[in-house]
Amino acid sequence: MAEITMTVNGRTVSGTCEDRTLLVQFIRENQGLTGTHVGCDTSQCGACVVHVDGKAVKSCTMLAAQANGSEVTTIEGLASGGELHPVQAAFREHHGLQCGFCTPGMIMTAVDMIRRHDGQLDEHTVRSELDGNICRCTGYHNIVKAILAAAEEMGGSAKVAAE
Amino acid sequence: MGVEGIGARVARKEDKRFITGKGRYTDDMVVVGMKHAHFVRSPYAHAKIRSIDASAAEKMLGVIAVLNGKQMTEDGIGNLICGWMIHSKDGSPMNMGAWRPIAQDTVRYVGDAVAVVVADTKAQARDAAEAVVVDYEELPVVTEAVQALKDGAPQLHPEAKNNLIFDWEIGDAAATDAAIKSAAHVTKMKIVNNRLIPNPMEPRAALGIYDEAEDHYTCYTTSQNPHVARLVMSAFYNVAPENKLRVIAPDVGGGFGSKIYIYPEEIVCLWASKRTGVPVKWNSDRTEAFLADAHGRDHVTEVEMAFDADNNMTALKVDTIANLGAYMSLFSSSVPTYLYATLFSGQYKIPAIHGNVRTVYTNTAPVDAYRGAGRPEATYLLERIVETAARELNVDPAELRRQNFIREFPYQTPVIMCYDAGDYEASLEAAMQAADYKGFPARRDEAESRGKLRGIGMSCYIEACGIAPSQAVGSLGAGVGLWESAEVRVNAVGTVEVLTGSHSHGQGHETTFAQLVNDRFGLPIDQVSIVHGDTDKVQMGMGTYGSRSGAVGMSAIVKALDKVEAKAKKIAAHLLEADESDIEISGGELKVKGTDKTVPWFQMALAAYTAHNLPDGMEPGLKEGAFYDPTNFTFPAGCYICEVEVDPDTGKTEIVQFVAADDFGKIINPMIVEGQVHGGIAQGIGQALLEGTSYDPETGQLLTASYMDYTMPRADDLPSFKVSTTETACPGNPLGIKGCGEAGAIGSPPALINAITNAIGKNDLTMPATPQKVWAALQG
Repeated sequence: MAEITMTVNGRTVSGTCEDRTLLVQFIRENQGLTGTHVGCDTSQCGACVVHVDGKAVKSCTMLAAQANGSEVTTIEGLASGGELHPVQAAFREHHGLQCGFCTPGMIMTAVDMIRRHDGQLDEHTVRSELDGNICRCTGYHNIVKAILAAAEEMGGSAKVAAE
Repeated sequence: MGVEGIGARVARKEDKRFITGKGRYTDDMVVVGMKHAHFVRSPYAHAKIRSIDASAAEKMLGVIAVLNGKQMTEDGIGNLICGWMIHSKDGSPMNMGAWRPIAQDTVRYVGDAVAVVVADTKAQARDAAEAVVVDYEELPVVTEAVQALKDGAPQLHPEAKNNLIFDWEIGDAAATDAAIKSAAHVTKMKIVNNRLIPNPMEPRAALGIYDEAEDHYTCYTTSQNPHVARLVMSAFYNVAPENKLRVIAPDVGGGFGSKIYIYPEEIVCLWASKRTGVPVKWNSDRTEAFLADAHGRDHVTEVEMAFDADNNMTALKVDTIANLGAYMSLFSSSVPTYLYATLFSGQYKIPAIHGNVRTVYTNTAPVDAYRGAGRPEATYLLERIVETAARELNVDPAELRRQNFIREFPYQTPVIMCYDAGDYEASLEAAMQAADYKGFPARRDEAESRGKLRGIGMSCYIEACGIAPSQAVGSLGAGVGLWESAEVRVNAVGTVEVLTGSHSHGQGHETTFAQLVNDRFGLPIDQVSIVHGDTDKVQMGMGTYGSRSGAVGMSAIVKALDKVEAKAKKIAAHLLEADESDIEISGGELKVKGTDKTVPWFQMALAAYTAHNLPDGMEPGLKEGAFYDPTNFTFPAGCYICEVEVDPDTGKTEIVQFVAADDFGKIINPMIVEGQVHGGIAQGIGQALLEGTSYDPETGQLLTASYMDYTMPRADDLPSFKVSTTETACPGNPLGIKGCGEAGAIGSPPALINAITNAIGKNDLTMPATPQKVWAALQG
């Protein structure tokens, strides 16, 4: 058994779990944060993407013990003070979700993608970067639109702030 | 159109919980004392079970019980059934073999359940399942339907000689043969419709909770139709009487047909909960989903289309062998028959049609409805053969279609369906214009200069939705009626709850259905809640599949709203001392026409519940229910055009343009409708280009049982789509709705294959058109 302590959505938490426990299991079963989903068993679908120390990670590829001492953000921790993150708002505005199951992973991937590219995205890049996230409902059309819109919105506000 | 009414592009109410991680799916449910199930599944496609030794597993840490099929039989749990009776052309009923929820003597496909372990944790259950020793005696295997029909093929069920389930026909064989004989031109093809694995992103799950004190069961499950699940589990599987069984389908992460059926696992969780005394949860992993979810399609067809000397279609003859897998799933028999062959006329006047369908058992996962269910198979064979005929006759494929379009309605086809309305030329024109069809030769030449082969292909599909008039489907063998129910409850403060038997698993009902109420009474949609998916809340419903929630589900809501409106007007007339025929409702007020006398909606509602001052004899309250039984199917139709570039060196296809022009009748929320089309097209492209299910023919092992082997469409496989709609209202229901959920998956595969075969100049190509196949076709 492993004793694990990490920061999840800004709060320090600890728990005891079997050594083989995956980060996604720790998040869902130990922490009760069920917004992070499991859609496959081969680390292909991306429904379980969370941020570990600021980077998008498939939480099914990592043992909970490996995240000991890390800062983890899940979909539940993305909105701040009741205000949706711009990516969340864009997914709603552009109908980038239907059944909602892949959505948390898509959004967490998109936030990381926009950060890494400094908001400079085009359709080709977004589609290519979404390679690790599978959606069966939307045909990706509106997901791509939502991510591009969010990138513009976030870039736009940064620019305004700089001025 | 108001900002939230019919036709408005309203952002979805349900999105807030999904984008913040607050969706509640079955696997998210946790109840006190809950334990976990893991199934022991057969690694063999066909074998006798000699013995099951669970003694080591039972002693392992955390294990509560290891249960088997014999115990289920002892407890009186019934066989799984197919709920649609089909008779062979000789009048004999279909040959249905027994399907035990847990196999007792024989396993018939890889993944067939043979035992279930219940333990404290998922991991312990999985560990113990590996320690269950099953002694199998291997039997010979057959995975392909054509092979299974042959003499000497391995036999799956004693009830089905030569594995034949039924041999069914539709249409006029003699007239069709005569027309083919006297035709000026006959095009012949062999068409294979590849087997698909549905893959909703949420794997199936079930949580069974038995309450001993009340002798009552609760089942949380990933279902598209929880009421049908309760009915079937009660009436056929003998789990519990309906009043002792509550089925809840909370947020469900996609279905596409695969969550219609009542599978062994939810029955086992309920039964195991009683047997062990603890709530039992099972959650499928993806490999299990590949193995044990119902698959789709899998047809092999010989088809002939006849033309006269003026290129008018004169006959269509179809001979199909459909693989239904190892057992008959709930609606499996209806898919390759009444959901398939009744669409053989397509958008065309074809005077003589005959179809013959043989369905067959094989050692593969059961096959049932998957998005489109029979209609993609019909559309694929028709639109491939029309395109092929155009090439043989050396005419423009668009013109051959246009020349043969049905133009007068109602139109009685030779294969049961009577089309009520449509304008096929309008969608063809819209698509050709959006695709710049005329500009294609220049684009082809330009691509050629870059060493690419550019092709264009189209598909003019029709489908039947709004399933379906109960009496009609009853006469065709359905075990249920296919109406829908609704209840509209106006609360004392005027807010509204709509209870519906439809189930939303991505379709956005919580928004669209609320738009109906807004349109009718002018109430903001945030004052309207849609309640669904719980048999304790909603009386009875038939669920969501076959694009029926709009045409049937919303029609039931309209009927209930009519009744609410009538009573509300009576109350307002009484309060305003006016005649009820002079009352009109808009903007959340009830007004006396032509005066300034009004009563706010909430005040009318309050009056209904205080009952201090109601018309003489009126019952208090404001709540009305309705059942709606459709009068006909609805017939969405449209035209899809696909343009591709093929790299001749690698055989890789790039979709450079995809255009859809659909006629869905009246549209409530265009944003949601477009989303349905996008998703459907992606699944259709998946079928045509990427998704191939492969069983090893010798061993019956599923070779494509993970996302590393089965190619799901990803964002970089697809283009952005150009979608638009044309509109002919459906005369058959009060809103004029036809349905939009499946069109994309129905119309797109032939358009894509027609485009690729156009590009490479070779017509013989099967789906999925992988680079390897396209390259090989180019060499041939």
